[in-house]
Amino acid sequence: MSADHSAAALPLAPENWPTGSAPDPLIRRQHGLVGKQLSRVDGPLKVTGAARFAAEVKLEGMVYAALSCSTIPKGCISMLDTTAAENAPGVVLVMTYRNAPRLKPVPSFLTAEKAAGGDDLPVMQDECVHWNGQPIAVVLAETQEQADHARSLIRVGYEAAPAITGFEQAKAAGRHPASFFGEPLKNEIDDAEAALSAAPYKVDNVYRTPRHNHNAMEPHAATLAWNGDELTVHDCTQAVAHTAWSLAQAFEIEEKQVRVLSPYVGGGFGGKSLWQHQVLAAAASRLAGRPVRITLSREGVYRVVGGRTTTEQRVAISAAADGRFSALVHTGVVAMTAHNNVPEMFIFPARQVYSAGSFKLAVETVQMDMLANTFMRAPGESVGTFALECAVDELAGRLGMDPVALRIRNEPEKDPMSGRPFSSRHLVEAYRAGAERFGWSGRSATPCARRDGEWLIGMGVATATYPYFRMPGGAARITLSENGDAKVEIAAHEMGMGTATVQAQVAAERLALPIERVSIVYGDSALPGVVIAGGSQQTASIGAAIIAAQRALVAELLRLAGNASPLAGLAPDDVGARDAGLCKLDEPERYESYTSILSRAHRDDVSVEAAAPPPDELARWSMHSHGAMFCEVRVNAVTGETRVTRFLGSFDCGRILNPKTAASQFRGGIIMGLGLALMEETEFDERNGRIMNPSLSEYHIPVHLDVPEIDIIWTDIPDPHTPMGARGIGEIGITGTGAAVANAVYNATGKRIRDLPITLDKLL
Amino acid sequence: MTPFTYARATNAADAIRLAGDTGARYLGGGTNLVDLMRETIERPSRLVDVTGLSNAIEVRADGGLVIGAAARNKAVATHRAVRTRYPILSRAIVAGASAQIRNMATVGGNILQRTRCAYFYDHAGARCNKREPGQGCDAIDGFNRMHAILGASPACVATHPSDMCVALCALDALVHLEGRNGERTLPLTELHRLPGDRPDVETMLEPGELITAIEVPALPFATRSRYRKVRDRASYAFAVVSVAAALKLEGDRVKDVRLALGGVAHKPWRAWKAETALRGQPATEPAFRAAAEAELADAKPLRDNGFKIGLARRTIIAVLDELTGANT
Repeated sequence: MSADHSAAALPLAPENWPTGSAPDPLIRRQHGLVGKQLSRVDGPLKVTGAARFAAEVKLEGMVYAALSCSTIPKGCISMLDTTAAENAPGVVLVMTYRNAPRLKPVPSFLTAEKAAGGDDLPVMQDECVHWNGQPIAVVLAETQEQADHARSLIRVGYEAAPAITGFEQAKAAGRHPASFFGEPLKNEIDDAEAALSAAPYKVDNVYRTPRHNHNAMEPHAATLAWNGDELTVHDCTQAVAHTAWSLAQAFEIEEKQVRVLSPYVGGGFGGKSLWQHQVLAAAASRLAGRPVRITLSREGVYRVVGGRTTTEQRVAISAAADGRFSALVHTGVVAMTAHNNVPEMFIFPARQVYSAGSFKLAVETVQMDMLANTFMRAPGESVGTFALECAVDELAGRLGMDPVALRIRNEPEKDPMSGRPFSSRHLVEAYRAGAERFGWSGRSATPCARRDGEWLIGMGVATATYPYFRMPGGAARITLSENGDAKVEIAAHEMGMGTATVQAQVAAERLALPIERVSIVYGDSALPGVVIAGGSQQTASIGAAIIAAQRALVAELLRLAGNASPLAGLAPDDVGARDAGLCKLDEPERYESYTSILSRAHRDDVSVEAAAPPPDELARWSMHSHGAMFCEVRVNAVTGETRVTRFLGSFDCGRILNPKTAASQFRGGIIMGLGLALMEETEFDERNGRIMNPSLSEYHIPVHLDVPEIDIIWTDIPDPHTPMGARGIGEIGITGTGAAVANAVYNATGKRIRDLPITLDKLL
Repeated sequence: MTPFTYARATNAADAIRLAGDTGARYLGGGTNLVDLMRETIERPSRLVDVTGLSNAIEVRADGGLVIGAAARNKAVATHRAVRTRYPILSRAIVAGASAQIRNMATVGGNILQRTRCAYFYDHAGARCNKREPGQGCDAIDGFNRMHAILGASPACVATHPSDMCVALCALDALVHLEGRNGERTLPLTELHRLPGDRPDVETMLEPGELITAIEVPALPFATRSRYRKVRDRASYAFAVVSVAAALKLEGDRVKDVRLALGGVAHKPWRAWKAETALRGQPATEPAFRAAAEAELADAKPLRDNGFKIGLARRTIIAVLDELTGANT
């Protein structure tokens, strides 16, 4: 596969693209590598087992760690007997608060640019217990089996303190206004309650979503070693730079003394950040003077790594007879802890999906004694769209309107909160294309109208939405070799999304190189950039960094080209990339290849590094992706079992860079959304705050038989205000899916389930 | 996992000798036992591997079957005689676990698998009378959506998780046992115990006693049989409720019937009361309903599982309805 050699030279993206003066010229490039259906470059490594994950790195003299965790939610360790464990075969160290090195708390998410901690609690520094499942001892042994066995010999007693482990109990203890990135999660426009009470048509209901736990295919693991005061961590993380900085804070060493490597991540979804296990393994390694591998068991992930918190959401919408919304109220409560700040921002969709005469949006938090909750695929939007989009469906029923028509009726012209224009919004087109392809017109407006034997059949629809983000900190290094190879280095992440493949396509296209000549190097905190694989923003963040680095590279190449080159005297904006070289844009015959430039300059290579401009585009436009999710279910009239039989996602996410990896991302999100709709639920025992189903046999996610063929279509309309015209697609698939299923279940059965998951007992 | 020794038996007598007096467990496919050992819930001093014992599936002259206890679940489910004469058994096995687990799991091990009650499994954090007699039960007032509605006790509300055993109970299967005191045979319906005040004692097996085979007597009308499993996802989930039934009609009346329930009790539940209520009755929905209600009259709901009573009733009726309409 090579770049499109017949194409004209591709100009550099303008430096000031975030201000909208001129879009990224790659957006207009139609027949090159961008948009091509390429298989993942890391695919063969993974299917042959050649890719080495964090728990597969072997270090000389390595020992294995096992964690012992608390069984009470709050209180103190009153008795701790580690003698038997210490004397067990193969044991090298038993670390508890008594002998752990002194550590600073890990800075928690959003409290500093590179903070990566799940919470800011002390890590094994005292006898205090803050949640049920908190690590209280680390055993290191020569084998994993020896460590696990010794861990089972530790005897511990507790003095329990009163704890808040019930959601109702927590609500009674006090609600707090939520904020996110320092911004209050609260919006009011006019008097929504008054508009609501005056309106002829309205719905006003409470929706509940349970806790969810992270279940990436690869459980959390790290293999690490100290060399003097330098720490190397082979981790599986979505934030190498953040993890390195945060670990340095905990151990009070320099950021550059910590190197975090994470070339492969077996699924992240928001859970692969810095939790206690990496800190404890590093502390124990220091104490024992041995490299350590820590691999969390599946149960260990539930005890040590936070998940999605529970929400209780009120949605009230009122409308005139023509369907126009006069009020949109979306308020509610989420559970959090006193030691983190990751509220589920469930009002984000309601801020921009609909126009309405008035708004009242607010998230409140309550504090519980539990493991800190964290991000999980589309935090906020996943559960927020469930409540909002069920309410819209309910209102459509009241109005006797088709739910698609009602949504189109309330499509906003500009951002309802900020008044800013949308950068690119084609939800209506997505709805129309989806409705036609899915056969939406075949849906009966009345519930319970279709039946096949015992099975009641229904169709539902809902809007999907996720914001475009680009966080500051993107930077990249491009190294061009005299043989014509290019290497792009950035501290970014490949967790199975296709990042390495897609960014190779983008870089090859920009540089006018065959894709085989471009390598993307990532997953190493020593590389440039502070890029988190979160918020569906990595594509834009890397894209912006490559734009900046290419400008620097071209400037340097023109300098090296000198006066003997056909390019002599040209400035970066005069030239474009063509055929593994540069040419003058309006005089394409003035061309020189990269190889020629470098060889004349007697250079083996040229290497430049540059930082992406600040994300000013976000201040000028309201930037969001959308989708229309269509679902058909069959509900068994005898047993209440729900089976999803058809699903279609119709997306408006800007330009699609690689249809193959994109479709997989969308489908993966939708499958996770089917789980959210029908089965996922952490059983958090409110008597003592203990998670009772920490295993994949009891915590249900969809299995193959639960997943129908999922049809994916997209508008492919580029966003003129983003790099490559693309917006991130990692999270949007899970949004809207829960409501589409719930609305289909209602259409099938006439039963409105407002409390996830929709298990069979709720439908009997 | 606690350290243990391992020995592989060549025949039943060898296995019984190797197991010795105390602390040994027989190892089949290990799909449940090894999990429990990892959790330190099971801490055998020795494992005696009995997968080398008989795994034969013999078809007797009268049409009955004798299945060696080491037969893999998959081998039984796919055996031609099982599929044609006892479709209920084949379907029950295939409804359980995953293909990988069925490839490993043995018939003997399936029968002796232990409950999946979350509080039983949480060795570190929960109380359980089955694990530690007298400790108390955290399931009674905890998450008990999957727990028993029939035959439970104040000491234990756990269920037996097997699908296969529900079908075998309906089929009047006999369990062949061999122990230090010789051989004996027990109906499968009498092998498992109700919890009473000793939920830790789950079967009538004597110490060291080994299941060597399962005998399935001839039952010609078992060709008209169904296993229906109600579950929270389409595969790889334990039964919320399951129903195994075989029906023999004479005209439009019930001549004979076999009915058993899964997911409702500490043991696979043979629905004797419903069978008695059905024999001689018209094969109609009111009779099926009356029979189901007779069986479930003593059902007691817990905090989360009250829906199971209605669900069991509806599923029994639906299965019998379906069998009445069946052509076989």
